[in-house]
Order: sequence, then C-alpha cells, then structure tokens
Amino acid sequence: MLAVHPVQEAFRYLPVLVGVLFIGGRGQGHLWSLIGLGLAVAGGLLRWFTTTYQITPTHVRVRRGLLRRQELSVPRDRVRSVDLTAHPMQRLLGLNRVVIGTGRADRGQEGVTLDALARAEAAALRGELLRRSPAVADVGTGAGIEGGGPIPATDAFAITTLVPSWIRFGPFTLSGIATIGVVAGSLANLFNESRVAPREFGLLRAVADQLASVPAGVAVAEVAVATAVVVALLSAIAYVLAFWNFRLTRQNGTLHVARGLLTTRSTTIELRRLRGAEISEPLLLRMVGGARCLAITTGLRVGLGAEHGGSILLPPAPLPEARRVAGEVLGDSGPVTAALTRHGRRARRRRHVRAFAFAALVTGFFVLMWWLFGWPAWQWQASCALFGIGALLAEDRYRNLGHALVAGRLVFRGGGLVRRRHMLASEGVIGWTVRRSFFQRRAGLVTLTATSAAGHQHYSTVDIPVSEAIALADAATPGLLTAFLRRPPS
Amino acid sequence: MTAGEILDLRPPANLVSGRAVLYWAARAALGWLIVLAAELLWLFVGDGGRPLGVVLLATTVAALAHLIVMPQWRYRVHRWEATPEAVYTQSGWFNQERRIAPVSRIQTVDTKRGPLERAFSLANLTVTTASARGPVHIHGLDLGTAQRLAAELAARTQASAGDAT
Repeated sequence: MLAVHPVQEAFRYLPVLVGVLFIGGRGQGHLWSLIGLGLAVAGGLLRWFTTTYQITPTHVRVRRGLLRRQELSVPRDRVRSVDLTAHPMQRLLGLNRVVIGTGRADRGQEGVTLDALARAEAAALRGELLRRSPAVADVGTGAGIEGGGPIPATDAFAITTLVPSWIRFGPFTLSGIATIGVVAGSLANLFNESRVAPREFGLLRAVADQLASVPAGVAVAEVAVATAVVVALLSAIAYVLAFWNFRLTRQNGTLHVARGLLTTRSTTIELRRLRGAEISEPLLLRMVGGARCLAITTGLRVGLGAEHGGSILLPPAPLPEARRVAGEVLGDSGPVTAALTRHGRRARRRRHVRAFAFAALVTGFFVLMWWLFGWPAWQWQASCALFGIGALLAEDRYRNLGHALVAGRLVFRGGGLVRRRHMLASEGVIGWTVRRSFFQRRAGLVTLTATSAAGHQHYSTVDIPVSEAIALADAATPGLLTAFLRRPPS
Repeated sequence: MTAGEILDLRPPANLVSGRAVLYWAARAALGWLIVLAAELLWLFVGDGGRPLGVVLLATTVAALAHLIVMPQWRYRVHRWEATPEAVYTQSGWFNQERRIAPVSRIQTVDTKRGPLERAFSLANLTVTTASARGPVHIHGLDLGTAQRLAAELAARTQASAGDAT
C-alpha cells in the first residue's frame, strides 16, 4: 500500500521515459529526463508520506505538505457529494481518487481531494461520509437513517442504465472536435520533436498530392466531408469512453451515478442537496431527438462541455428518456411535461429585431468596405444569408421561450443553439434580479433571474412581460415581494 | 389582478447620498482625463494634424455630455430599501437592475471605501448570499448610513438559522 503512490507517479511518467530511451538518442537529454523522473517520483513519495486524513464524528480533516503545512477541516454536515474516480492506471493498481464536495461556490477551490485511496477504503469512506449523523437526519427529507448504521444495499432503485443504441447520439455531441485538436497538437509536436518532415510519410504525401490535383472546390468538399466523418467517429468514441456502463440509481436519499469505460467515475449526490434538474438540447442533438439531463445541486462544480462536471444525470439519450429521468429525480413529472406560458408578441419582435440588426450590421460593414476600399463583393452577398438564418434562429428562440410555476418548481425554458429547460425548486431560490435594458423598458419586458446556491448560481428567463415576471416571482417566494409591490390605484 | 392592471415592483424607498452625483462625475472625469491627456500628448509630440483636432473636439463634447447626463440619471435610478425581510436595490442608468435578497439568506455584509469615495465620505455596501451571482451592492451611500445599515443587517442575519442555501 505504501509503495502504491510513487509507483503510480512512475507509471504516469512512463511515456516520457520511453520517449527518452528510444527517441531522443543524442546528447545529454536523457540524463536530465531521468533526473526529472527521479524528482517526480520523489515528489510523489513525499506527497504520499505527508498527506493524512481523519474522519471525526463532526469533521473531515486533511493534512498535507512538508514545508508549507496545510490543514483542511470541513464540518461533516457540509459534505454535499462524494465523487470517486479512477483512471486506467489507478484501476490497474486498485485505487480511487476521492473528491469530497463541500458546497463552496468559489470555483478555484477544488474541495477536498484524496488521491489514490484503495478501492475498498474509498467505498467505505463514501459510506461513512454520506451516512448522516442523527443531528442532520431530522433536518433532512425525513427518510434519513437514524443512528448511523451501515447503509443497507437492498433498496437501491435503478432509475436508468445506458442502452447501447444511445451511442447513435454520440456523433451529434461534437465532443470529438476537442479530441481532434489534442491529436493534431500532439502529432505536430511529434513531427517537430523527431525532426521528420510530414512529407516523408507516404500516406500524407499521397493525400496532399491528390488534393493538389483536383479543383479547389472539390478539395474543400473533400476536406469538409473527411473532417465531418472524423469528428463524428471521434465523438462516438468519446461518448463510449465517458458513458459506458452509465447507471443512475437512487438509494437511501442519495442519487448515485456510475460511468466510464477506461476512467471510471462514480458520483453520489444527496437528494436533500438537489434543487432541481435541467434538460438541455444542443441544436444538433435536438434535430435527432436527443437530450441530456443534468442535476441542479449545491456542492458540485459545474463544468462545461459534454461531461458537465459531476452533475450529469443522463448522457445524450432520446428526449422521452430524459423527461422520464428528470421526472423520477424530481419526484414529480409535472414540471417536466407542463405546457409553458409563452412570452408574447413583443418578446418575439425583440428576438427578430436583434437578429435583423446583427445581420444588417455585418452586411452593412461589408457593403461599406466593398464600396470604399474595393473588398470583394461576394462577402456582402454571402452575408445576406444572415438575414434568413437570423430570422429562423430568432423564431426558434422565441418559440423556446417560456416559463411556469408547477408544483412549487420554477420552470424556465430558453435558448436556441442550446435549448435548456431548468426546473428549480422554489425553496432553492435565494434572491431575485429584475433587469431591464433601455429597449426592454420601452417594450415593457424584463429579464427575470432567480439566484440560487445550486448549479449555475443563477437561472434567467429573458423578455418576460413585467407583470407576469412579478406575479411569477411573487408566487414562487410568497411574502418576499409583498412589501415592494406597486398596487395600482383601484 | 383585474384586467388592465400592470403588476410591478415599486422603486425602493431611499435615494443614495447627494454627494454620490459628484463622486460619479469625478470618477468618470478621471477616466476621460486619461483619454484627453493621451490625445493632447499625441497632438503635441506626434504629428496628428487636423483629423486629430476633430477627434479631440469630439472627445471633449462626448465627455461633457457624459459628465452632465450620467451622474444625474444614475442618481435618480440608484435607490435602496431594507425591511426586516429583505434588502431591495435599484441600480444602473441605461440598463437598470432591481435586486432582492431575503435577509434570511444573507451570508456576509461588507462596507467598502475606495480613495475617491473617502474623499467624498461615501461607502459601498455589499450584501452576499450563498449564490455566487446574488450579491446586492448599494453604491454611493453616506458613510454613517452605510455603517448603521451594515450593523442592522448583521444583527438581523444572526437571528435567522440554517446554512442559507
């Protein structure tokens, strides 16, 4: 057990070591690399020796550092989530990394992280941390475990598991674009390091010669099709890597998400920390009837991209499945399926005016440049297409806009390129912001924002008519706005 | 609500300190002075010629308009109110914003004074909640008012229980 952490460190630098021994070859380069490796291993060893943790009845304590001693202490009732991850090397060595989410909103703080705990130890730690102390249990949702016995594994309820046919949604997530960037970057680096010109490779030369021999239009089309195919393929692979064995279960007042093909990740969220759910449909995914479901909860970092940190409840899957999962998680399908109130004619006009203004600005700029400086005419001719595209997007954005208050949950829907439906419990609302731009004031519309300690910290709906906005806010948080309402003389 | 009635929030009850007008003007003037100084330097050192003179004139006119209109407009918009249940503010000028934070969800109350604000004996009050996006700012308060309000809010916050999320 003691040796495991440095071993992991050495494995991590294995590619470097291989590179040094087999590629470099000349000069003193590989002596220095070996010294670097030695230092890395020594550093890992030191980190291992100096990190200790302790779970007391009231606190979680982590102590680390040799020269700069650091001690972290978190009250146990502030533990919101426990996240276990294991990348392939850690799996090989039977290890897990444990991240304890404590609900601090400042993103720079990583929470409490314990790298490289033995798998059994990590699981025991999670059980221990999420077993509520009696003092906390009676504040919770009621079904808490009194006395803190071990969690019985009998009443786990599987909400959903990955169906292999969902992988068809993978290509529409475009997560492959990032992979292409990484691969292209490391290839360029490799060519650079090894001082081999790309033209010396037969395959690349053949491709380059073929592209040079056909007309430019055909070459562009070829490259575009090839890129699309590669992106689709890589996105599908990324989907499988991230979400294979995806499983969402509910057990003892917690939600449990496990997933991953090579790097496994399992996240546990306390239901009493859950403030709502989000169904998000990026445009491409929406066109093929897919959607994701995310948790809105305090204490989980909110990431970007396909993985969304720990908050994902359902990977891209058919929309009905996303709705079902959201309903299960919220304990009520009302907010998920309820029809929403549209924002009306003026909101629609604003969407269209904004799209039109943008297209006019761009086209106007190109016309001016063409007229004054003789820029090519095809630029402003092409940008005329923005008017059509803009009108379509504006209409779509308007149709997506909507709000409702269903069974104590605030429902906002909006967005075009990514349509999102947020369902936020009204007790999770900890403040309101009513924003009016100059043009919104003239149209009698406002942007209503509910601030929250969970998820993205704020959830907004744009261009909602003012009296509907205030009525909605007043109904969601009864009493809070009463003193500030203007009652028109009756 | 009967037909034809518009339900809306009324503006908060209290205006900020009258000295805030001067403060906003001074702050904006400092910004404009930097731009003007750069342009003058260019005019004398470099060889800007007539176009630069026109730019200089345009800048001066824009600066004057901004200095005359913005502080007054802002002063009329900036308002605040604190009740036992909530803090309510209105801010902005071109774009306006009203924020409401329940007292039971308040986490910290700070007063802050920059050098320029100290010259006008003004203070900013910031009320934060557990949401990273929820802070309520009251700019340009009279120093005494700000301190009294901060103490009052801190006392009320202590009375409410829970971790305010």
